[in-house]
Amino acid sequence: MSRHTLSVLVEDKPGVLARVASLFSRRGFNIESLAVGPTELPEVSRMTIVVNVEGLPLEQVTKQLNKLINVLKIVELDPDASVQREIMLVKVRSDMETRSHILETAQLFRAKVVDVSQESVTIEATGKADKLQALLKVLEPFGIKELVKSGMVAVGRGPRSISDRALRSIDRPA
Amino acid sequence: MSEKITGAESLVRSLESVGVTDVFGIPGGAILPLYDPLFDSSIRHILVRHEQGAGHAAEGYAAASGRVGVCMATSGPGATNLVTPLADANMDSVPVVAITGQVPSGAIGTDAFQEADIRGITMPITKHNFLVTNPDDIPRAVTEAFHLASTGRPGPVLVDVSKDALQAETEFHWPVQMDLPGYHPVTKPHSKQVREAARMILGARQPVLYVGGGVIRAGASAALRKLADITGIPVVTTLMARGAFPDSHPQHLGMPGMHGTVAAVGALQKSDLLITLGARFDDRVTGKLSTFAPDAAVIHADIDPAEIGKNRTADVPIVGDLAEILPELVAAIEAEQAGGAEGDYEGWWVQLNRLRDTYPLGYDTYDDGTLSPQYVIQRLGLISGPESIFAAGVGQHQMWAAQFIDYEHPNTWLNSGGLGTMGYAIPAAMGAKVAMPDKTVWAVDGDGCFQMTNQELATSTINDIPIKVALINNGNLGMVRQWQTLFYNERYSNTNLESFRVPDFVKLAEAYGAYGLRCESPEQVDAAIEKAMAIDDAPVLIDFVVHKDAMVWPMVAAGTSNDDIMVAREMAPDWSGEDD
Repeated sequence: MSRHTLSVLVEDKPGVLARVASLFSRRGFNIESLAVGPTELPEVSRMTIVVNVEGLPLEQVTKQLNKLINVLKIVELDPDASVQREIMLVKVRSDMETRSHILETAQLFRAKVVDVSQESVTIEATGKADKLQALLKVLEPFGIKELVKSGMVAVGRGPRSISDRALRSIDRPA
Repeated sequence: MSEKITGAESLVRSLESVGVTDVFGIPGGAILPLYDPLFDSSIRHILVRHEQGAGHAAEGYAAASGRVGVCMATSGPGATNLVTPLADANMDSVPVVAITGQVPSGAIGTDAFQEADIRGITMPITKHNFLVTNPDDIPRAVTEAFHLASTGRPGPVLVDVSKDALQAETEFHWPVQMDLPGYHPVTKPHSKQVREAARMILGARQPVLYVGGGVIRAGASAALRKLADITGIPVVTTLMARGAFPDSHPQHLGMPGMHGTVAAVGALQKSDLLITLGARFDDRVTGKLSTFAPDAAVIHADIDPAEIGKNRTADVPIVGDLAEILPELVAAIEAEQAGGAEGDYEGWWVQLNRLRDTYPLGYDTYDDGTLSPQYVIQRLGLISGPESIFAAGVGQHQMWAAQFIDYEHPNTWLNSGGLGTMGYAIPAAMGAKVAMPDKTVWAVDGDGCFQMTNQELATSTINDIPIKVALINNGNLGMVRQWQTLFYNERYSNTNLESFRVPDFVKLAEAYGAYGLRCESPEQVDAAIEKAMAIDDAPVLIDFVVHKDAMVWPMVAAGTSNDDIMVAREMAPDWSGEDD
């Protein structure tokens, strides 16, 4: 299995998310997660797409994405040269007996408790997918009532920005 | 220039300003505001009988002339009837712009009468599309649509305009600035890649020019001819590229693929270098991909970077416009040749000439006096000649028209290659005739295809578009029947149309105000074609009643290797040449 994280700058126009999603579905590319939001530039949105490419080159994914008129730029983020984060909100069953255990666990993972009730604790955690997975595993025995995760967002390390180089540069094949 | 007008007037002005002279369409509720000012404009609107006909007519118009074809429809069913031609244009890279009416913007999303999300529906089958709800955006959307359709890899673009945007007041400005920050087709090739290609070509021993429809769309036929002439390399032209290189040229081996010549298929299979020009390694050309041209290195030149490496890895990729690539490649080869490099393809030609001489295209004739469809099509090509335009439907007649008509010029062979749309021929021929009124335009159609879009004969008669129809009537869905013969134990499930009985095509032609002729024996063929050639005041149809069991050969069965091509039923070619 081969996972890649793509940062895709797109024009903030109606339908652009549908175009990208429909392209992935039509071409048989597998999206693991997709997060979209505004950027420092007006009228430009950024999608972070984690794609699972099996049996076809990543190049075909990026080339097809590049053909979408509203796609401005695509960069693959190397996991070692980028910061990648997901946010997770998890509602855990708790009572007087287990609450302190759960709070301790949250602390160990540097997660925050954002809501408490008689029967539950809701924890907010941020991090890479494997850290969140590890936290979940520890919380599981208490009983997970509800779980929600954002898609992955990522940014390259160092001073460079993918949007400061000319947006007009479209990657040419070798 | 700026003044207050309605959105509809702005749209008509915009179309006039980008140079539109002809449009095919049908009005309806949502697009009615547009049809009012269209009535007074310089644009010729041809009222078709079905929106699918408008779409294919726009395709035929574009494919015959190289100009952008335009079709129009109202919202909902009008727009959805354009879906097939748009998908067709997308597969075959035909520059088409579709203008559709949409329900008023306030009603979008309410399941209003005749509402369909045509922008959503056509996203995967257009190069791009727009939904315009602000009348001020109309000139820019039109400008961008025509630019996108006609540049880079050409394709269909749809502009959906809400009824209130057509009715509202706006200011018309022209020209307008385009805003396409994500669209930058690469036209100029990397010169390093071109030089590398030139060296590979001269170093190869068994090269083939694998020519696709991109050469025609790029208008690069003359440059291709030059490349072939200075190198002496054999040429094959795919279904989409028939006419890109003259059939009369001695280096032309014909069409490769599922129904290609043995020489063309064999040349690709045995090649050590495929010089791929505007072709996309379609499954109908490659057969089983893993066994396609196993010993060949690949030079792949295409305007669309996504085609490179999609199906077959390219050793030398060249992204760019073939109209720029080919002259540069010619210059690079000439420079190498001036330095003493010379390709040696003599042994290669010995092999290929043997294949060409041993396995020419052929067909069966019948003792009972019934017509061979191939004979009809061959005579049609010879009598009407290479200045004519031929539009085919999809099926056996299409393959025979690709095989047995000799094409000398680009844009004279129109067909639905990628999508394989039955019913393409009649409206496409009509569109071609509108674009090229001085040319003889033939629709070579089957009886199955014809019955899908024949209503456009009424359009042709009424609008004085005298197309000619060679109806290859075998009473059956012939290609499907052929597969049933070969792969389904001759169980002919639902392929007999009985169109020897119903309809009477001659009467049908006459009912449409066209001339109808019938031809049932070989002796009548020339006279019938000549009679049709002499008619130019109305459309004419010849009902060629042909033998129902004629088959298309050679054939590479779907999913099998090109090496297993059959020249006739249970007859494989001898590749070795040892028995000669």
